[in-house]
Amino acid sequence: MATEHIVVNCTINGESQTFLANERDSLLEALRDRIGLTGAKEGCNNGNCGACCVNMDGRIVNSCLVMAGECEGSEIRTVEGLAMGDQLTPLQNAFLEQAALQCGICTPGFLVAAEALLEQNPDPSEHEIRYWLAGNLCRCTGYDKIIKAVQQAAGQSVV
Amino acid sequence: MQAVKYARAESVAEAVRLLQEGGDGARPLAGGTDVIVQARERTRDIDLFVDIKHIPEVVDIRHGADGSLTIGAATPCYQIYGDATIAERFPILVDSTSLIGGTAIQGRASLGGNLCNSSPAADGIPSLIVLEAQVEIAGPNGRRTVAVEDFCTAPGRNVLGSGEFVVSLSFPAPAAGSGARFLRFIPRNEMDIAVTNAATQIRLNGDGSVAWARVAIGAVAPTPLLVSEAADALVGQPLSEDSIAAAASASRAAANPIDDMRGSVRQRVHLAGVLTERTIRHAAERAA
Repeated sequence: MATEHIVVNCTINGESQTFLANERDSLLEALRDRIGLTGAKEGCNNGNCGACCVNMDGRIVNSCLVMAGECEGSEIRTVEGLAMGDQLTPLQNAFLEQAALQCGICTPGFLVAAEALLEQNPDPSEHEIRYWLAGNLCRCTGYDKIIKAVQQAAGQSVV
Repeated sequence: MQAVKYARAESVAEAVRLLQEGGDGARPLAGGTDVIVQARERTRDIDLFVDIKHIPEVVDIRHGADGSLTIGAATPCYQIYGDATIAERFPILVDSTSLIGGTAIQGRASLGGNLCNSSPAADGIPSLIVLEAQVEIAGPNGRRTVAVEDFCTAPGRNVLGSGEFVVSLSFPAPAAGSGARFLRFIPRNEMDIAVTNAATQIRLNGDGSVAWARVAIGAVAPTPLLVSEAADALVGQPLSEDSIAAAASASRAAANPIDDMRGSVRQRVHLAGVLTERTIRHAAERAA
């Protein structure tokens, strides 16, 4: 079947964007292959791993489970939109200080998801952090370091 | 991904027209958390997504003055569990919507989608059954309403015909003295598919006897099951160890599960009884 192209207008990391996508593209494919934002990663491509997590209209979503056409008029925030130049966010710094990443594939998803948590709940309990991040899988850290990084970013004492 | 096209419907009539023109390969797109995976993995033959999320009545929450509730079919889970009135009047819907997938899934997944995916293990459907939800369906011949327990017909199959889609789910006001609870069993804390699940709604008389009950179990048959024998074991007498045990026994008898990687027949039958018992006790606590 011939490839159908669609034009999508949306806001990505605060900037208006118009891009051409294949009609069958997911938001993840559009971000990586059309727009050149390769921060969001393809892990499972079926909604289990959270490596492709981005913020869409104020809620985190798995970008592999969003069609590019659905993004018309929406506001997307990706991991590339977190730091201001080389000025990392407190959460990003906390990930470095707590060694909350090893291979790093899951990290963009964890950062986007945890930033969204801290936006709506600046002082989450460990239980709330763990449940919020249950849809983000990490095969390196065993999660404890990631939880500690989020706690540090929330200004909580971390042992 | 299959060569799937995307169309946005702005009205119910436009969605019906697009679905009808698209034929068997056309699917409504709500949160997409099941149907996009099915298109990608080719477990369903899909060549057109009709996005129904820009139709107001498909994505809203309406509370009736009488305490009734209507939820648009594509309303995402987070809006349902974040609605203070739902949390107060229909906490069982919070039970279900807050454990379907993780946070990112809950940002998109909907009860209408969970219903239309028609998985035997759906974590939304037993709650809909015990709340006596009515399913509002739009199609080429207008609208019709189906009781939710009659909606699913087989794994992944339901009563929707060509060009039809689910617009909304409606719930009667919970009567005074009623309470409801949903539970599922999974071998981890979150993010898993139910080995077995169950829901109970119960209404207690002033003297503590059971006036009315509904029990539903999931992942133990080709479709989620309404177990009327379990309710019959409870109604008309005070809640007791014996009546609860009889209801659990009725659920075990109704269960007709398969063996698979998530659980054995024996485990699922056992769990149907355990979860029936627990949801009855929890529903009665909420009713009190």
